[in-house]
Amino acid sequence: MSFDPMDRLMSLCVPSLNLRMHRSLIDSLEIQSCYLLSEHSCLASGFGSIHFVLLVSRQGKVRLTKWYSPYTQKERSKVIRELSGVILNRGPKLCNFVEWRGYKVVYKRYASLYFCMCIDAEDNELEVLEIIHHYVEILDRYFGSVCELDLIFNFHKAYYILDELLIAGEIQESSKKTVARIISAQDEMVEAAKEEAGSISYIIAQAS
Amino acid sequence: MNSIFSGTRLRDMIRSIRACKTAAEERGVVRKECADIRASINENDPHDRHRNLAKLMFIHMLGYPTHFGQMECLKLIASPGFPEKRIGYLGLMLLLDERQEVLMLVTNSLKQDLNHTNQYVVGLALCALGNICSAEMARDLAPEVERLIQFRDPNIRKKAALCSTRIVRKVPDLAENFINAASSLLKEKHHGVLITGVQLCYELCTINDEALEYFRKVAPLFALDRSIYAYMSIAKCTEGLIKTLRDITNSAYQPEYDVAGITDPFLHIRLLKLLRVLGHGDADASDLMTDILAQVATKTESNKNAGNAVLYECVETIMAIEDTSSLRVLAINILGRFLSNRDNNIRYVALNMLMKAIAFDDQAVQRHRVTILECVKDPDASIRKRALELVSLLVNENNVKQLTKELIDYLEISDEDFKEDLSAKICSIVEKFSPEKIWYIDQMLKVLSEAGKFVKDDVWHALIVVISNASELHGYTVRALYKAVLTYSEQETLVRVAIWCIGEYGDLLVNNVGMLGIEDPITVTESDAVDVVEDAITRHNSDMTTKAMALVALLKLSSRFPSISERIKDIIVKQKGSLLLEMQQRAIEFNSIVDRHKNIRWSSLVERMPVLDEATFNVRRAGSLPASVSTMAKPSVSIPNGVAAAPLVDLLDLGSDDIMAAPSSSGADFLQDLLGVDLGSSSAQSG
Repeated sequence: MSFDPMDRLMSLCVPSLNLRMHRSLIDSLEIQSCYLLSEHSCLASGFGSIHFVLLVSRQGKVRLTKWYSPYTQKERSKVIRELSGVILNRGPKLCNFVEWRGYKVVYKRYASLYFCMCIDAEDNELEVLEIIHHYVEILDRYFGSVCELDLIFNFHKAYYILDELLIAGEIQESSKKTVARIISAQDEMVEAAKEEAGSISYIIAQAS
Repeated sequence: MNSIFSGTRLRDMIRSIRACKTAAEERGVVRKECADIRASINENDPHDRHRNLAKLMFIHMLGYPTHFGQMECLKLIASPGFPEKRIGYLGLMLLLDERQEVLMLVTNSLKQDLNHTNQYVVGLALCALGNICSAEMARDLAPEVERLIQFRDPNIRKKAALCSTRIVRKVPDLAENFINAASSLLKEKHHGVLITGVQLCYELCTINDEALEYFRKVAPLFALDRSIYAYMSIAKCTEGLIKTLRDITNSAYQPEYDVAGITDPFLHIRLLKLLRVLGHGDADASDLMTDILAQVATKTESNKNAGNAVLYECVETIMAIEDTSSLRVLAINILGRFLSNRDNNIRYVALNMLMKAIAFDDQAVQRHRVTILECVKDPDASIRKRALELVSLLVNENNVKQLTKELIDYLEISDEDFKEDLSAKICSIVEKFSPEKIWYIDQMLKVLSEAGKFVKDDVWHALIVVISNASELHGYTVRALYKAVLTYSEQETLVRVAIWCIGEYGDLLVNNVGMLGIEDPITVTESDAVDVVEDAITRHNSDMTTKAMALVALLKLSSRFPSISERIKDIIVKQKGSLLLEMQQRAIEFNSIVDRHKNIRWSSLVERMPVLDEATFNVRRAGSLPASVSTMAKPSVSIPNGVAAAPLVDLLDLGSDDIMAAPSSSGADFLQDLLGVDLGSSSAQSG
């Protein structure tokens, strides 16, 4: 079998679909990944439904960022700056979708925080609104009436919860109960480990 | 031994950073913290690692560089304890991205953790891999992940499924390996696993043809040595999926999964997406799914976003699969309903979809034209924009007059920032579809009156070309323009077009020549006409082009209106002292001509412009302005004057064929060509 990506691609291409090939060289030269982007509007590219998640406060402070598509650290800063500017300036009565750099960004404001998720232009924005709401409800249950301060001082927990909700930009679990259960099991493990460490140190401290 | 509390605690660091009042203060605190962390890292004390990384992550979110902490992630991941691994993996995902080589070093830890006895550790590894792995790592660890898709615990199965989606995106070659495992997930009852399983199948079908056929199960059996293809029981995946969708649509209230009356909208949507891929391009598969699609389309509650999200996906699927026109009409009607929804998100989404729907069924979308027009007036700017684009796609010969009227009516009351887009769209619609010239001229006049300053040059140039070609409408046009410019004198473009017409057809204006039945007679004296032109010159906010055009118009009028040529000459002479060089130059030249009008064939010089050839104009315009259009005189002057360069030779009519209309930019040459006499004698004459 030929390893030339072009040959491989041609063998995979369905002629009726208008496929635009976007290649990126990642890592070693032998490994060439082919990203197929469908231009046929009815077949949305399934690739990386959500590209990134951004939580930003009314004053423009970043509270959480999660990146599912490759962005360098520099690119990330740029994106955050740009997008924050766009979203924070949106009027209150406008729809929750912004066209930005050829993508769509779905955002929703909860109290002082803007929850933003970036998707492809063909993706289902209404669903992403539901995903955002799903996340917020889970946070709310976990923290008990969550507020921005909770997410500031417990940012790592907000991330843990997000990681139970999304992987590779796709939704992982539709049951809030299940997510809560898994998080709580992990929290318990952390607590148990702390206690154990605490008690050992105590023993050692006693001994020395 | 180090105290467990060496360095500040995370909470305290966060508090002190938040307490900073200036950016400089914050930088100071961060610098100190980073120094402490660096020192702590150098000591290599495992106790503080957890807290150090947590602090680093916070600092990272503030925007400061934290690459020195990357190795700490690796060490934490390699630690035996769960809390360390948990924060280690989190740090990895936050501080690194897939292009960094450091990432490769984690591969071994990942491998071990994927085989860990604690399923939550396995979960951590799957999550990290699924979010951040490179193609190399994907290749290395694919077998582990594939195995985990069949793990006993659903939590791991669902994570493995999504991790696999990333793997096959990074390395499409590996797609075949996952087909078998993915199809087993389709039989799951656990929602999380089902959702992720369906998603994985969707990925496989989009990447890999063979997978697509496999899941359709309408292809002949493959006689490959991969026995899974040949001998798997015909799982009838498509039918299975349809059944799953039917079950979930009909299911009773399940509080755990209910969102606004829909049981697990996420699952609905995933299933619909997969059905879309299976149905697209395959009539049999499409046939199988028409019932369930119709059911979802009609039964789903649409008063909340969750229901609408499902409906939206359903509509997308209907439009993508093979033609069943009744379903399509149903889909478009749903979109029509969306358009009247109070929620502007829904309206926005509907407009987007309708633009795609036009390709399939223009008629069906036309039925919703009125509602779409309402959306052009929406308070939300994004909706207005979408609606306008959609409207322009809906225009045809039958509805162009009605639509244009509506749009122009709206133009009068729309916001300033929308006027530009709107007027541009109206102009392009009018140009493309206008049934008769008089209608075209009327509409353009209205647009120029309302939004002249937003109208681009090529648009009003085109208008002038059309006007010049419509000889029977010259009188009507110049009178209409005259009336308009009295009211809307601040619309620059309108003024320019009016001046040009008055210059050309001033005699028709004052003599009411070519009156059409619909016109009311007006009395315009020569003086009135000149007033308008003079006003354009003297008004302080006229720009250069307008003033220059006005001077040219005056030149023409001095021939057409001999009775007030003195007054005209005075106006021209006054401009000789203009601070604008262009105006000065023109004034001097024109004055020269006016003075000499006995010596040259005056009327021929400024007789009616020859009709500009529309075809040539359109070609030129399409190819953007070519060099030949550059005029003798001024770059800002519009095409009509430029085209006149050629006919000037005729005007001279001095019998010398070798006089070329050389486009030169010096005014003196213009004079020389014009006079066509001895070059020596003309240069001696002063203005």
